Amino acid sequence: MAWYIAKRLFYAALILLGVSFITYLLLFLIPADPARQIAGRSATPEVVANIRHQLGLDLPFYEQYLRYLWQLLHGDLGRSYVQRSQVSDLMAARIGPTLQLMAAGIGLELLIGISLGLVAAIKRNSGLDRALMAFSFIGVSSPHFIAAMLALYFFAVKLGWFPLGGYGGIEHLMLPAITLGVLGSGWYSRMVRSSMIEVLHQDFIRTARAKGLTRVRVLLRHVLPNAIIPVIPMIGIDIGIFMSGLVVVESVFGWPGLGQLAWQAIQQVDIPIIVGVTTLSAVAIVLGNLVADLAVLLVDPRIDVKNS
Amino acid sequence: MNLLMALLKRKSVAASLLFILIVVVAAVFAPWLAPHDPTRQFFDGLTLEGAPLPPNADFYFGTDLLGRDLLSRIIYGARTSLIIGVVSNGIAVIIGTLVGVTAGFVRGWTGSILMRLTDLMMSFPALLLAIALAAILRPSLWIVALVIAMVNWVQIARVIYSETISIAAKDFVAVERTIGASSLRILFSHLLPHLLPTILVWATLGISTTVLLEATLSFLGVGVQPPMPSWGNIIFESQTYFTSAMWLVLFPGIAIVALSLSFNLVGDALRDELDPTLKGRL
Repeated sequence: MAWYIAKRLFYAALILLGVSFITYLLLFLIPADPARQIAGRSATPEVVANIRHQLGLDLPFYEQYLRYLWQLLHGDLGRSYVQRSQVSDLMAARIGPTLQLMAAGIGLELLIGISLGLVAAIKRNSGLDRALMAFSFIGVSSPHFIAAMLALYFFAVKLGWFPLGGYGGIEHLMLPAITLGVLGSGWYSRMVRSSMIEVLHQDFIRTARAKGLTRVRVLLRHVLPNAIIPVIPMIGIDIGIFMSGLVVVESVFGWPGLGQLAWQAIQQVDIPIIVGVTTLSAVAIVLGNLVADLAVLLVDPRIDVKNS
Repeated sequence: MNLLMALLKRKSVAASLLFILIVVVAAVFAPWLAPHDPTRQFFDGLTLEGAPLPPNADFYFGTDLLGRDLLSRIIYGARTSLIIGVVSNGIAVIIGTLVGVTAGFVRGWTGSILMRLTDLMMSFPALLLAIALAAILRPSLWIVALVIAMVNWVQIARVIYSETISIAAKDFVAVERTIGASSLRILFSHLLPHLLPTILVWATLGISTTVLLEATLSFLGVGVQPPMPSWGNIIFESQTYFTSAMWLVLFPGIAIVALSLSFNLVGDALRDELDPTLKGRL
């Protein structure tokens, strides 16, 4: 067990190193010249060269990368080219709203996904089952920006139930969180449905019913806990997909989170911010997967670590 | 043929195939089907105040912010979506199959390195990676297709990898080996034919993911560039105005969701038909 965890941690570190390398390489290749951008249009070539030297942009690639990695390990993500402050400060100011939206969004995903999957499995092959699965299909087939714009139009502009985007109380949070939750719930509901049906067919369920337990009790105490296990690793995988949705939903709703920061940085070719957000997202994805894998081990003792 | 008949028996799949057919026809025959030139800015396509027109008798889907006919732009946009869907997904399927089969069949060091590479790609937020790539490579239709392929091959590679391993472990492969069949023979006459259904299913589902990613990139302004119409960039161009001109989001939005949904439904039905053990469960 300890050996397995150590191995997983080592892999996680290796993957993060790879992610930081590829991200840095990609941005190194971007044709835009940040030194010229900082210096402004009227700067003389000497000024530009001077700035380039200050930022270390005249160094060869591997030296720039090692320098970046060294600073990263000390929690220093560099300075933003455009906003003239520390990237870590800019990101720290944005992480609260993002975590808030993530928690609400993933929570709703699970709540909607698991309950729809549960109902669909119990009412298998009925009209309700088909309607719920059609709904989940439409959810996974819709891009976030369209759902976000339609939600904004109908519930904020037309009906006036919610504010027109922005940050603040629970009323600001609800619409973006519901958009993320409804679209993301599709995979979960389909997965819960199929794993519920699988569990329902097993012998121990028949035994539980035969010894006189009520249907509800069997469902809640015997079926659901078993059927929900595959959802746990799914959450880990989903974090990556969820982040993409987050960038779009934050920009449409004007939610001042990391996604919006990244989006603004991309438009201004503000490389240190893009690198910072990408690296942090990768850390979240790798950690999410790691935690999910370890959580499954704790929850399901049948999984044999030595063979996985 | 039997497969097609079985698919057509499901109403949702028949409707999906019909919609896909409509989009293909619209894309191929766009110049004849479109009522107007998609890039022409009509003088009478805007109100006196310069606002776009809602759907009316001259412009069935209304006009956009520049007074261009929305229906014609959507018909031409079908070309963009399909070209990207087919080209980009085709590249992704080829890369994914090559990587998955190689990793699953060769195993050893090569296999580990390839699979660690897919782990690495899975740890990137796909959209940020695509945006960064698109920014480096300066988006054109083909570059966008390439960028999406670079992001989308990973999932197919992983599915093909686990499928390859499970087929290679089957008894008939071991029997082939004992009677002296070469690795290449096993690969081409046994593995690939058995992988074909999986590849077909994921190629169909992949088009849906591709269509969504293209729309999202174009909506963010790093995808297909105007004036070439794409369903995503129609919405990108009109986003500042969408609360007062809803049709500019609604029509292209419906087109995107319907196309993506159609490929998802067909892919899902294919999986059901090709893998009888799954019937009705997924």
